[in-house]
Amino acid sequence: MPLSRIASSSHASNLLKPLSAALSLCRSISSDSTSTLTIETSLPFTSHKCDAPPRAVDTSASELFSFFRDMATMRRMEISADSLYKAKLIRGFCHLYDGQEAVAVGMEAAITKKDAIITAYRDHCTFVGRGGTLLEVFGELMGRTCGGSKGKGGSMHLYRKQASFYGGHGIVGAQIPLGCGLAFAQRYSKEENVTFTLYGDGAANQGQLFEALNMAALWDLPAILVCENNHYGMGTAEWRASKSPAYYKRGDYVPGLKVDGMDVLAVKQACKFAKEHALKNGPFILEMDTYRYHGHSMSDPGSTYRTRDEISGVRQERDPIERVRKLLLAHDIASEKELKDLEKQVRKDVDDAIAKAKESPMPDPSELFTHVYVKGLGAESFGADRKEVRATLP
Amino acid sequence: MATLFQGVGAVTPFSASTSLHSNKLHLPPRKSLSLSESRGAIFVHRSDARLNLKPATPKQDLLIPNAIATKGDTSTPTKSGHELLLFEALREGLEEEMERDPRVCVMGEDVGHYGGSYKVTKGLAEKYGDLRVLDTPIAENSFTGMGIGAAMTGLRPIVEGMNMGFLLLAFNQISNNCGMLHYTSGGQFTIPIVIRGPGGVGRQLGAEHSQRLESYFQSIPGIQMVACSTPYNAKGLMKAAIRSENPVILFEHVLLYNLKERIPDEEYVLSLEEAEMVRPGEHVTILTYSRMRYHVMQAAKTLVNKGYDPEVIDIRSLKPFDLYTIGRSVKKTHRVLIVEECMRTGGIGASLTAAITENFHDYLDAPIVCLSSQDVPTPYAGTLEEWTVVQPAQIVTAVEQLCQ
Repeated sequence: MPLSRIASSSHASNLLKPLSAALSLCRSISSDSTSTLTIETSLPFTSHKCDAPPRAVDTSASELFSFFRDMATMRRMEISADSLYKAKLIRGFCHLYDGQEAVAVGMEAAITKKDAIITAYRDHCTFVGRGGTLLEVFGELMGRTCGGSKGKGGSMHLYRKQASFYGGHGIVGAQIPLGCGLAFAQRYSKEENVTFTLYGDGAANQGQLFEALNMAALWDLPAILVCENNHYGMGTAEWRASKSPAYYKRGDYVPGLKVDGMDVLAVKQACKFAKEHALKNGPFILEMDTYRYHGHSMSDPGSTYRTRDEISGVRQERDPIERVRKLLLAHDIASEKELKDLEKQVRKDVDDAIAKAKESPMPDPSELFTHVYVKGLGAESFGADRKEVRATLP
Repeated sequence: MATLFQGVGAVTPFSASTSLHSNKLHLPPRKSLSLSESRGAIFVHRSDARLNLKPATPKQDLLIPNAIATKGDTSTPTKSGHELLLFEALREGLEEEMERDPRVCVMGEDVGHYGGSYKVTKGLAEKYGDLRVLDTPIAENSFTGMGIGAAMTGLRPIVEGMNMGFLLLAFNQISNNCGMLHYTSGGQFTIPIVIRGPGGVGRQLGAEHSQRLESYFQSIPGIQMVACSTPYNAKGLMKAAIRSENPVILFEHVLLYNLKERIPDEEYVLSLEEAEMVRPGEHVTILTYSRMRYHVMQAAKTLVNKGYDPEVIDIRSLKPFDLYTIGRSVKKTHRVLIVEECMRTGGIGASLTAAITENFHDYLDAPIVCLSSQDVPTPYAGTLEEWTVVQPAQIVTAVEQLCQ
C-alpha cells in the first residue's frame, strides 16, 4: 500500500546529507521501492584495531518498510507476552526484548539464512527474525505442542534448525563456546558462512568468552561475537560489574566495533562489515549499544536499579521503531495513516496467533519421554506412578 | 537409565524373560541384528535391547545371539586376529571411523602433534591434518562447548579430556547443552558427540587426578555412558559411540591402557547398551566394570578354588544399565555383589543397587552387597591408596559372606 506512492512519484534524488541525532524532515523521494536510498547512521562507529565502516548505509524504501513492520511485530509480540505472563498463561522465565529489536532486524538484513545465529535467553525476537512464526513463539511460551520446541523447551529454548538458528540458552555465557563450535563446523566444512554469537554485557565477564575468543582467533574461525550491551546485567549496572565497559575492545587482538544498537541501519552496516571481515580474517567483536525497556525478566520490575526517567528518556530519543517511522515519513515512503494501519494489522496478527496458540493442546504425557535420546532404546518407559503413563520410545 | 525398567508389577518388561525361567539360555527374545555391509565382510554385533511384548523375529543373516566375550576366547571363529594393547585398540577404532566418515573429528589437549597423552591419537594428526585432529588450548569448558556446537551442525566430534577429572570444568556444557539440547529443542538438534578420557584411581596420581566422574554424570538425562575394560570392547565401544546419534561418554581407565589382547581382524561394533558376560556361574552374580573387572577375576580364581561358582558380568553400559542381562543373572543366582571403583556415596553401585532392588527384589535371597571405594579423596601414599579401592581379598570375603 505505501509503495504505490513511490511508483507514482517521479523524483529520483537520494538523501546524502549527514543527519544529526534528530532527523530533519522533507527529503526527496526515491523513484521506486527498490532503488537505493543512502542514509547516514545517527552516530559514527567506534573501532578497535580496524577501520570503521562508512556511516552511509545503502538501503531501499521496501527494506525500510520491512524494518518497520518486523520491529513493530516484535514489539507487539513482546508486549503481548507481558500481558500473557501477568495472566499466568506464561510461567517461569520470560525475558523480553522490546527496545532491542533493531539488533535482531538489522542483523537479519545483513546476512543469509545459512549464516548461523546463536543467542542467550532473550531469544523470542531473534527467533522471529530467523523465520519463526508468532504461533510457534506463543505456543512455546505457553507450553503447547504447537510451540517451536513442542512445548518442552520454554521461553529460553527456541530453535530453528532450517534457518540456522541455534537458540535459545539459559545459562549465561554457555552459548559462546557453542557459537565457536558452529564457526568451527563452518570452517571445517569450508562453507562461506559466518556465525553470530550473541551475548550480553553480563556475560561479557565470563571466562568461557575469552577461552572461545582465543580459540576462534587461533584457528581463524568465522565467528562474530556480538555483545548486546543493554547496560544492565539483570540488576547490576555495567559500571558496577565490569572494570572496562568497552566491550568491543576486550578482544585485545581481535578487532571490534561499537555500534549504536538502536539504529537498525547502523546494525545492518556493522553486521555486513563484520561478515566480510570474519570470512577473510577470523573473529570480530561487535558491541551493540542498546537498551531494554522491560526489566531483566518478568519477575524484575526494572525500576529498582534505574530511574523511570532514564527509561522514558531512551524511549523518547532512541526508540528504534520511532526512528524508522520518522525515516519513512521523511522519505514519503509511507503516510502516518498507513503506518497506523500497519500497526493495527500487526496487533491483529499477534492476537490471532495468541488465540490459535491457546487452542493448541498441552503435550501428551507420553511426550515426557520422547526426545531424551535420539535412537530409542526400544524399552518401554513408564511414568512416575508406574501404572498409568506408558510410553514406547521411538 | 534404570527408570526405564521400573514397571514392576503385573506388567512386564520381563514377560519375555520370565519365559526363560528355565536354565536354558538360548536365543534371547531381543532382536539381534547383524548387518553385512557392502564393504567387505563385516561383523556387526549389535542388539537393540528391546523388551517388547511382541515376539521378536531376529534377522538371521549372521546371527550372534549374545554379544558375549569370554576371556581368552574373544576373537571370532574365522580368523586369528591380531594382538594389540588397549590404547592401540582405541586408536584403531577411532581411525576406522575417521576413515569411514569425514565428519568425525577429534579435539582435545595434546591430541594432535603430541599424539595424545596416552597415545590414543598418535599418528592421526599427520594423517588427517590439524583441523581434524585439533590441539586445543587448556580450556575444557569452552572446547567441550565448541564440540557440542559443532555437533549441533552435524559434525561428529570426539572430545578428549586428558583426565576425566578435568571435565568437571566442562560440567555445565555436558549437562545443560550436551545432554539436554535434543530435548529442549523438541528433537531438532542431535548431538552425536563422544566425550572420552581416562579416569579412575591410578598409581599414586593424587586426589585430583584419580577421580571417577561416572558418579557425577550419571544423572544427566540424555547422555549415554559406557566404560571399556578390554581391548576388544574398547574398540567396539569406541566405534559404537562414534556412530551413535546420542551423546556418549566413554570412560577409560588410566591403568588399563597397556592391556594386551587378541582382537578380530574384521570390523565389529558392539552395542552401547549391553553388558558382557565375563564368566558364567551359578552361585552369585558379581557386577563390575572397568578396572574392577580384573580385581574380580582375580578374586574369582580364589573363589573357584574354594568351591564357589561366581557369575561375573562386566556391565559396560553405565547409563542405561543393561537390566536385561543383569536380571537374567539375578534370577539364576539370587545373590548379587557389586564391585565398583566409584565412591560409596552416590556412585554407580548405589544406583545399580536401587535399580536391582526395585526390579528384582523378589528374586533376591540376600541383600545386595556393594563394594565401592571409600568416601575419601584418594591419598598419595601407596598403602593408603590401596585401601581406598576394593581389593580381591575383600571381594572373596564378601562372596563368602553372601553365600552363607
